[in-house]
Order: sequence, then structure tokens, then C-alpha cells
Amino acid sequence: MGEGFHPTSAEELEAVVKWAAAERTPLEVIGSGSKRNWGRAVQSAHTLRTDGITGIIDYEPAELVLTVKAGTPLQEVENLLKDHNQELPFEPANLGSVLGATAQAGTIGGVLATNLSGPRRLKAGAARDHVLGLEAVSGRGEIFKAGGRVVKNVTGYDLARGFCSSWGTLAIATAFSIKVLPRAAKECNFVLLGLTAQQASEAMTEAMGSSAEVSSAAHLPQGFCSLSQEHAMTLLRLEGIPVSIEYRLEKLRSILKRFPSQELIEGEASRKTWGDVRDLIGFAGSDKPLWKVSVSPTAGHQVIAELEKQFAIRWMMDWAGGLVWVEMQGGEPHDVPLRQIISENGGGHATLLRASGEMRASIDVFQPQAETLMGLSKRLKAQFDPHNILNPGRMYVGI
Amino acid sequence: MAAIAMPKPSQETLEKRSKIVADLQKIVPGEGVICDQIEMRPYETDAFTAYRQLPLVVVLPETVDQVSKVLKYCYDNDVKVVPRGAGTSLSGGALPLEDGVLLSMMKFNRILEIDLQNRAVVTQPGVTNLGITTAVQADGFYYAPDPSSQIACSIGGNIAENSGGVHSLKYGLTTNNLLGLEIVLITGEVIRLGGKHLDSEAYDLLALLTGSEGLLAVVTEVTVRILQKPETARAALIGFPTSETAGKCVADIIGAGIIPGGMELMDKLAIDAAEDFVHAGYPLDVEALMIVELDGPEAEVDDLLKRVSAIAEDNGSSYLRVSQSEEERNTFWAGRKAAFPAVGRISPDYLCMDGTIPRAALPQVLQEMQKLSEKHGLRVANVFHAGDGNLHPLILYDANQPGELAAAEEFGADILRLCVKVGGVLTGEHGVGIEKRDLMPEMFSEDDLKQQQRIKCAFDEKQLLNPGKMFPVLHRCAELGFMHVHRGQLPFPDIPRF
Repeated sequence: MGEGFHPTSAEELEAVVKWAAAERTPLEVIGSGSKRNWGRAVQSAHTLRTDGITGIIDYEPAELVLTVKAGTPLQEVENLLKDHNQELPFEPANLGSVLGATAQAGTIGGVLATNLSGPRRLKAGAARDHVLGLEAVSGRGEIFKAGGRVVKNVTGYDLARGFCSSWGTLAIATAFSIKVLPRAAKECNFVLLGLTAQQASEAMTEAMGSSAEVSSAAHLPQGFCSLSQEHAMTLLRLEGIPVSIEYRLEKLRSILKRFPSQELIEGEASRKTWGDVRDLIGFAGSDKPLWKVSVSPTAGHQVIAELEKQFAIRWMMDWAGGLVWVEMQGGEPHDVPLRQIISENGGGHATLLRASGEMRASIDVFQPQAETLMGLSKRLKAQFDPHNILNPGRMYVGI
Repeated sequence: MAAIAMPKPSQETLEKRSKIVADLQKIVPGEGVICDQIEMRPYETDAFTAYRQLPLVVVLPETVDQVSKVLKYCYDNDVKVVPRGAGTSLSGGALPLEDGVLLSMMKFNRILEIDLQNRAVVTQPGVTNLGITTAVQADGFYYAPDPSSQIACSIGGNIAENSGGVHSLKYGLTTNNLLGLEIVLITGEVIRLGGKHLDSEAYDLLALLTGSEGLLAVVTEVTVRILQKPETARAALIGFPTSETAGKCVADIIGAGIIPGGMELMDKLAIDAAEDFVHAGYPLDVEALMIVELDGPEAEVDDLLKRVSAIAEDNGSSYLRVSQSEEERNTFWAGRKAAFPAVGRISPDYLCMDGTIPRAALPQVLQEMQKLSEKHGLRVANVFHAGDGNLHPLILYDANQPGELAAAEEFGADILRLCVKVGGVLTGEHGVGIEKRDLMPEMFSEDDLKQQQRIKCAFDEKQLLNPGKMFPVLHRCAELGFMHVHRGQLPFPDIPRF
């Protein structure tokens, strides 16, 4: 029978991995399991949870750096930062509503291992951009550290960022240092109503190309969710001090005046709206295949148009059009045509966020890679995890 | 060569030199292969000029296909390769090897695509950092990372070093502004990563390659993000009676939630040298001078400047001047940007260090650095990116005085040890190269360093790309792959289960 390991320290975790390496027995590695239904399932007898390794190691608000153990709940991290009027600038999502697991946001380790970033990623950068340092256990059962606790650091390879989006297949993180930022004094949502996907793309492109410093830009088509029940909504978020927001709002009004149907969502309502966009609330309560599609921003609406010619889809654009969430209504994943369309529209990648275990086992959940790149990825995996015991097959066959 | 030892040259390669040159000439015809001693002279060092070495041969390819063939040839024949951009490395990253091909990427000097709608520029790696901004500034855009060498340094070199600059406090380093790469492995394989879209599709190889100092691959194409230029930028010069109060002011500004576009400090020696050199109008009766720049909409800049001034006053500032014009702002910066050459005028030689520390440790580090200065009998001028804790102490010495270079190097090592001791790092933006290579164990354990070197093994198992840089001890990949294993039954009943 398989074991369920629940270490409470880096040393205990190291002992488990050492044992697994010696036994050549794979471990399914999870934080608290909130994203277990995302990605490929791991075939292993044993499971290792990192959510017993918790706690804040160091937090000096004036340094804008937080050092935290990897199993600490995201919620706890966010609450602590909020108490000091700071935040994780990349605003990671709580995917509970779409992944069907218990509606919780998981651990900070899980957020970074999947490089999970929300709408503000557009301006603030991704989760990986905020990682400064890492302590982890490799598949060799060795504790190592990389990076540091300061923002500017080029001492050695950037393994801390390299860890992000490795899905627990290279090493198991036990602690991170993360760059945090002050929360904006105010936020405000400038909304254009009733635009088509193409018009929305144009509007978002213009806004992003101006000095209005838009921090998030999303488009909800008409009927997509309760918010956009009557009109499609193109959301442009402004954050900062009030006098600055006022000025930038005027700027947006002026450059987008050819779209006259405009409104404002301010304060708490704005935060709530972006929280819903971030957490994909519009896709909750369904089990249909949901894709995360990353393309160049101006290609987003083209990908949607091409898909709509062939399939029934529900969709939403974020990151000024560069991120398209696509839900296939027929229940089939259509991975091959989807990726073909992406490739014909400037390239990018598609990741299957939600699907049955069966479907995730039978198609490429992550974007297939060119042979040379796949070879390199496999060699990298082997250098960290020579016996292929950490989450084997979580991302690709062999990785 | 002085103190830092490089890998022992391969006698076999040295003996085959003429054949290697002839073979490379077949791949890169015409003037693309330089083998004459005098013509190779400009390549013998980079901006870390204390070390010099002529390469085996210099190759300047013009196409990706040539790069691929040169690398494959070197791989097949076990010949080392040192990639080089503009040669502005301050840590010896492009120092040639006697038995190595010096691969200059400076013929890759074209911008391939400007895509304003997607806010991206696709460029060859030999284009200068400033060249990218120049190409898009008429449309109101710029490329954010701005190393002081931006007029000369190449974007490919910026990738290798993960370069920063005075504005990286607010706008990030190279790694935060990079969207895609085309790279060539030592085997000659060409790999494309990323593009104009965001985030990597699987492993974040862009992260590993940025700052890899030419040890993993050769970059042949770069896609970067460009930003809309802020509407207003204003700078303030703020003087302090002591370096410690200036250091505390820096921490207080950030602590108040203000992220300036740039926040620099200079100490008395640096202020005097800079003022003497460029006449920027710096006050000469202060011990420390802060240049803080706020950018954004005018109303926001005015508001933040008021708050910064108030914080400075609370910290006992004795001088304040806010730029009233773009010209004046540039003058403020001119002194700072010329600080290194200005210090070069008051001392025959200087060593530029590059540690980063937590901001709160600034006053303590400045005090201890003064003690170290007395201990080593050498002067130190301090110029730093204060906002992100990145110090650039300039150690003044005279290479013609016996023992002074060694004393300066020892002083520098002491400063970096001090940085690590207070929770900082050896290098913030100049890279490890050869300069800080032997100090790596101050910051990393043997296991840490071995895991780093294993990354190289995934890219370059024969360790032919830029060996001798970054790591103090070269381990063979086979040796790094070895694992001690002790099998046994589950020996830890005390580890909790779920």
C-alpha cells in the first residue's frame, strides 16, 4: 500500500526523497492538492504533501521581501501582506471554482511551481518575475538553495525563477524569497460596453500603447457571465494614487472616445470584478474542457474568430488579448485544431486547465515541444531528478 | 595572467590550431575568421581589463547557420568556445581562452521587427541596448533596462549577464523584460523559446539562460518587451550630512510605498570626482548625495516628489533641488553616469565591486566599509543603486605600486563577504565571470554549486562553452551525476503521514 508523507521540515522532506531515490520509487508531489486536477495525473504509489512545511521565515515590509516556507497557504500569505498594506503583485488565482476541488487557493509553493499569475501579470509580471530565492530538495535527495533575498542578483544561474512552472518535476521547494509591493491606494475600472472581440482588441492595444499605465485589460463577451449579461464588457484597470488615476482616466476617455458607451466601476466593486476575472468565475460550475491560450496580444481575437468558425466555444480574453480562456462546448478537447490555429496566428501555447482525468491522460495537456527542446527539457529533468521519482509524467511523458 | 587560474589549455587543440583555423574558414568565409595576433589584440580582454589573453582564433559569424556549424565543429573536435558581445563585461565574462575559439556576435547587428501593437521588438543579439530604444523612441516607446554601458553593450550580452541599470528598481532587469530567444546549443542544435506571447510553455528556460554568462548556449535572436515612455520624469538632488542618514532615507522612501524610477546614492569622494569632471552642479558640502527620479503623469510625480522631500527632511537632509526642465534632469544624471570615469581621473586604477544588500543594512555596511578602507590602506568611492541595495564601491589603487592590485582585490573580496554576511549577494548586475568566481563558496554550499553546474551538463555536457567562468571548481558531468544511495526500509517512523 502506498504511503502518504506529510513532512514538517525540509530535513524530513529530504529524508523521504532520499528514501524514494534509493528505492527508485516515484512520489506524487503536491502542496495541498488544490491543482491536482490540472495537468497530467502522476502514476505513483506514494504521495508527498508539502503543506506541513509552513510559516513565515522573514518579513520586513520596508524591504519589500517576504521569505516563506513553501507549504504556507496562499491565503495566509495574502492576509499577512494585506495587514501591511502590501500584496503579491502578480495576484495568483484561486482555481477552486474551475478545478472542482475544495474551493481553496492552495499553497504558495503550488502557485510558484505552476507560475500562476492573474490579470495584473500584464503590467506587474508573472509569479516567476517576483521570485528572488529558493530552497529546495532535488530528486537526488539533496537540499540546495539558489538566488537570495535581494531584488538585484546575478550570482549563479537563476534557478529560483527556473523552478517556476516546473510543476514539482525538478525539485521540491521548501522555501522562497518573494518580492512584494505596496497595494495601490486606489483602483478604478474603466469599462467599454458592447464591443466585439476585434474592437476590444483594438481598444486594449491602444490603451496599452498609451501612457495611461493600464495594469489589467480583459474582455468579457456579451452573455459570458452575470456582469456581461447585457453588454460585452472591456475592462481597463487603473491603479495608483487618486490624482494620478483621475488624470489617466481622462487620457483613456480621450483616446477611446470613438467607443462612446463607457462606464466606471470603482473601489471595492472593481476589486471584486477583477477577482472574478482572476478566479475564472465565469467558467465555474461546468466540467467542459477549458483551455488557457497564450498568444501575442493582437492575435487573441483572431484565434477566437478562427475557433468560432469550427466549434461552439465560450471564451474570455485577459492580458490585453494575449491570454484567451476557451471552453469547448461540445465536450471534445479539439487540441490539434486549437494548436494549429495558434501556430497560424503568430504562435504561442495552449494548456488544458480543466478536463476529465481520462482526457488529460490521452492528449497533450501542455503544449507539445519541438524535438530538440524536448530533448533539452528531458536532460534538465535528469540532472535534477536522475531516477525520475518527482512527479514523473506530470507535464509530459517522461517529464 | 594574474591570480585567477583558468582551465589548463588543451595541448592537442593548440597543436591543431592551423587546421582548426582552416576548417573554420570553410564555415565562415572571408574576413569572418581572424587569426593574426595583432588583429586579435582587441579581443584579448573585455571591460575587466586586469586580465588579458589572446584567443586561439576569433570567429565572426553572420548567419545562424554559421553559428550552428561553428559550434557543431567545436563540439565534434572538443574545442572550447567563448561567446562575446560588445566586450563590456565588468567581470571578465568574455575573457578569451588560449585554446578557445572567441565567437563574436557583433555581426548580428540588425533589428528584425518592431511590433508596436504587441509592444515587442525582435532583434539580433549584436544590436546595442540603446539601439533598441533609439529604434522605437519616435513612437513614444523605450526598452527599460538601462545599464550604464547602454551606448555600447549588446542586447545579447545583456541576456548573458541579466543586466540591470538605474531604472531596474521600478522596471525590472533583463529577465523581466525578455519575451523570447533563439539559441544555438554547443551541438549546433537551434532552439526557439517564447515569442511575443507571455510565459513559457514548459520549463522556464528563458530564466535559466538569462544571466548564464555564455555558459549554456549562444543567443542568435532576442524578443524583448518595450514600454510606453512615462509622460513626465523629474529628478531631485538631495544632500545629507552623513552616508548613514542617506541610507536610512532610502529605506524610508521604499518603506512608505514609493517606488521611484531610479534612486541612486553617491558618497563624498564620488560626488567630488563627478562634479570636478562634468560640473553637474552637485553640492560639495554634503557627505552623501541622493538622486531620486519619479516618473509618470505630472500630477503623480509632483505629489510623490513632495512626499519624498518630506521623508528626506525627516532624515536630516541638508540640500534639495528638483529638476525644473528635462535638460536639468539630464544634468543631474550626467554626473552619476560619469561617476566611474570621473573616479578614474583621480586614481590611476580602480576596481568596481557590485554586491547587493538588503536596504536596511545600508548604514551598517557603509560604516564597516570605511573600517575596511582603513585596514587595507586604500580609498573607496561609493556609487550605488540605492533603491535596490546594489552597491558599486570603487576601490582606488595604483597598479604600478607593487602589491596594490592584490590589496585592492583583497579589499574587494572583504566587501563582498560583508555583503553576504548581512544577507546580500556577491553580484547584483555585473556577473560572476572570473572576477567573483572564487568567492562563490562564500554564498553557496558545495551542493548548491553542484546543482548549478548540473544545469550546464544538461546544455553542454562536454563543458566547452565558456569554461572557467562562474564556478570555482570544474567538475566533469559524469562526476556530478554520481549518486550515493543507501537502500533501506522506510527508516523514519517519526515523519507524519496523512
